[in-house]
Amino acid sequence: MMAAIIFIFSVAALMQFFVSYCRSLIAASARKALSSDVQDVIGIRRSASVEDFDRVMQYLHLCPDRREDRNGIKAIGAYFRLLGAVGTIMGKLLPSLRVWTESERSQCAYFAAVALDRRIAHNRDMFAEQMSA
Amino acid sequence: MVGPFGYTIWLLGALLEAAVVVCSLIRAPLRRYFTLNLYMVMSVLVSAGRYVEFSRHGLTSTEYVYFYYYSDAILTICLYFALMGLYAIVFEELGVTMRLRVFMMLLLIGTTLFSYSVVHQSESRMLTRYVIEISQNLYFVGLILTYVLWAALLKLRESRVRVIQIVLSLGMYFSINAASYALRNAYPDLRFVWAFLPPAAGMFLPVAWIYAFMRFDDEARLAPSRLAAVPR
Repeated sequence: MMAAIIFIFSVAALMQFFVSYCRSLIAASARKALSSDVQDVIGIRRSASVEDFDRVMQYLHLCPDRREDRNGIKAIGAYFRLLGAVGTIMGKLLPSLRVWTESERSQCAYFAAVALDRRIAHNRDMFAEQMSA
Repeated sequence: MVGPFGYTIWLLGALLEAAVVVCSLIRAPLRRYFTLNLYMVMSVLVSAGRYVEFSRHGLTSTEYVYFYYYSDAILTICLYFALMGLYAIVFEELGVTMRLRVFMMLLLIGTTLFSYSVVHQSESRMLTRYVIEISQNLYFVGLILTYVLWAALLKLRESRVRVIQIVLSLGMYFSINAASYALRNAYPDLRFVWAFLPPAAGMFLPVAWIYAFMRFDDEARLAPSRLAAVPR
């Protein structure tokens, strides 16, 4: 009985910590403006839409990755899918929840765009270093 | 039997834990995150100790099993110290750090005694059962304390990204371990669950802390209202 209570509470807490952790990752990148190059390539200015996410992720996979970013991107990818599932399952019953999940998912897309921007800048720096060496 | 995958996870986990200490020393004052570093150093030492026990006696030996569970309980206690350090950082301006430390130490002693009393009343009185029981309870109390700290962060409108991410990742670590130990306690035959979950959680915590140390400095901030799951 005790083990069952601990298990249920732990899983519920895990979900809440995971959502908050992903929101902290998104919030940390929400204020960052995209460089004009990345804006031109992916067509995102100040805000992104849900549909942009997959496209930006494809660009991210094309770009040589940075170890520091890898886990944050994976976590946000999982969060994006989780929100999609919650929105689909619960959205018909609670329309406000659907609106909220869509808004969160669009912020996930913006997070991915900022990560792409960082990766491109990092690779440019590496390239410049190699050229000067 | 530990295969190449198991050895890789083992080695990678120890390397990541050592990397946390290095990143923390490079990017933050030692004194500020001392208890977090202490926990990671202890984790590396325990990993080395487990490897020695494993190579001497084998995975299924009593020596290894006892060493594994007792070292896990010690690591959890070190994690309590890390949590105390985080409480001290969050509440440093309120000047209640000492009271909090005393409270947490009492809670730790209480949890140990409670676990002992639960096992003492049972018929089997097996030492391994006591260790599993105490680990489950310690992780659960750790989870509650992290949850309280998280609520305090929201209430105090804490905006330091590094502190927020360290606390949240610690919360996830405690949750995964409390859940897996509870499952283990309830269903001792579900070996595949705890063969996978604790090592995965063990890898996640150092990775998240490395990210928090390397990606953000101490002064990086965000809007606290963006953190609550329910929009404000």
